[in-house]
Amino acid sequence: MDILVLLIPLSVALVLAIGAAFWWAVASGQFDDLDGPAHRILADDDSSDAIPPIGPAACADVGEQHGELTSIKGGRDSGH
Amino acid sequence: MSTASVATFNYKVVRQFAIMTVVWGIVGMLVGVIIAAELLWPDLVLWDGLQWLSYGRLRPLHTNAVIFAFGGCALFSTSYYVVQRTCQVRLFGDALASFTFWGWQAVIVLAAVTLPLGYTSGKEYAELEWPIDILITLVWVSYAVVFLGTVVKRKTPHIYVANWFFAAFILTIAVLHLVNSAEIPVSLFPMKSYSAYAGVQDAMIQWWYGHNAVGFFLTAGFLGMMYYFVPKQAGRPVYSYRLSVVHFWALIFTYMWAGPHHLHYTALPDWTQSLGMLFSLILLAPSWGGMINGIMTLSGAWHKLRDDPILKFLIVSLSFYGMSTFEGPMMSIKTVNALSHYTDWTIGHVHSGALGWVAFISIGCMYYLIPRMFGKIEMWSVKLITLHFWIATIGVVLYIAAMWIAGVMQGLMWRSVNADGTLTYAFVEALKSTYPFYAIRLLGGVLFLTGMLIMAWNVIRTVAGAKAVEGPIPAVVPAHA
Repeated sequence: MDILVLLIPLSVALVLAIGAAFWWAVASGQFDDLDGPAHRILADDDSSDAIPPIGPAACADVGEQHGELTSIKGGRDSGH
Repeated sequence: MSTASVATFNYKVVRQFAIMTVVWGIVGMLVGVIIAAELLWPDLVLWDGLQWLSYGRLRPLHTNAVIFAFGGCALFSTSYYVVQRTCQVRLFGDALASFTFWGWQAVIVLAAVTLPLGYTSGKEYAELEWPIDILITLVWVSYAVVFLGTVVKRKTPHIYVANWFFAAFILTIAVLHLVNSAEIPVSLFPMKSYSAYAGVQDAMIQWWYGHNAVGFFLTAGFLGMMYYFVPKQAGRPVYSYRLSVVHFWALIFTYMWAGPHHLHYTALPDWTQSLGMLFSLILLAPSWGGMINGIMTLSGAWHKLRDDPILKFLIVSLSFYGMSTFEGPMMSIKTVNALSHYTDWTIGHVHSGALGWVAFISIGCMYYLIPRMFGKIEMWSVKLITLHFWIATIGVVLYIAAMWIAGVMQGLMWRSVNADGTLTYAFVEALKSTYPFYAIRLLGGVLFLTGMLIMAWNVIRTVAGAKAVEGPIPAVVPAHA
């Protein structure tokens, strides 16, 4: 199993790299707030109706053919 | 009309990859259906000179197309979208991002040409020959630069957990590809190379690569999708953000050594096999932590599941993730593996993960992304999404149930011995007994492919006449609600 001469040092190097990344994340305060980030992605309104009409998005006809299709609102109602 | 003063996200590359996800999904699954039919009717394509369409040529094309073309495009698309939205900044390097798209498509097309022609390095899930391996490396390094460059220039101090999963997936795949595809080129015309490793060493490297590709390509990357799109589609924060962080670090610290469970009862040293089994069993904990975290995001709002077919796709994908991450560790136990190895049970397990988890979550994410990429509120028809969901679900269930029954039956027949020590069944008897299940599997595959065709129609109608949009970057970072 000569291959372990490659694989074990590689694993050790990877674990050290992961450990360093973890250390950096803790030290730089990435995990100081473990509630806010979950809410923050919801505050970012990425629905198409959030795009202002003056922008490059000419979406005046948005939803014109969807009169009856109102069941999906997931994600859109969060930012309003 | 639009002035340069409006800073926008790079939706173009997200959109390109999203559309190609649907296209390659259909291609990859169609090839899957063809080879399933070939197992049922072995001489289906083997008349004069059609060796390009034989099972041995098409099987690697199927796996490469569904994993790297369909799954890969879904990962590129969603990771580029998530990193931009959560970092509130445009993607780093427009030209480089564009290169990752065209480069990746080139890799896929080259695979679709060379594999049927019979060019293969013979390494499962890494069959592509050396010039294509070099192109993959270039694309992948560019992907890492684009993704990590975007994280570095982020406007939000926090790096959302999904980005950690995507980053780990990108970096690990780079290492896996470089180590496993180390090869000595022999010629360019025809393409030929030999692996840098030999014998059991090569097998060990191959499955170190193979299983970690499952872990990082087919799991970590798609968990990144899950941690963004499930909360967004549900309109609720993830059940426990703290658990998601624990999930990430636990998963990546423990994943690396599960590979030897693919080599139970082979020339691999016994202790290495046991080590692989041990690490595989440990993986159950972080996997189920993540699965529960995703599903419990809907806690208190289960009614959303009734009306919203996109959420159905996302949540059912997590159920399949839970099932296959329970089944996997069980199958890695050596005594169970003695029954399951080399049988169709393995095929059932893989498709429970590949169709149920990877494809379902990708499909759900594409239904979320595609309307947004074209300035639409939602897909052209939500009813068709519901139809797609049910057809696909029935397809997966038929597929995996057929393979479970076939696999356990094969395992029992192969190991059955008479009182005098001779085998009870000849191999062909087990094959004959499997035959009806191959038919059920083909039906399941046809249903799943039908679902993808419905999706394609829905996408065409959504995109037809719609204008591609570039989402404006919000002027200020949204305050914490």
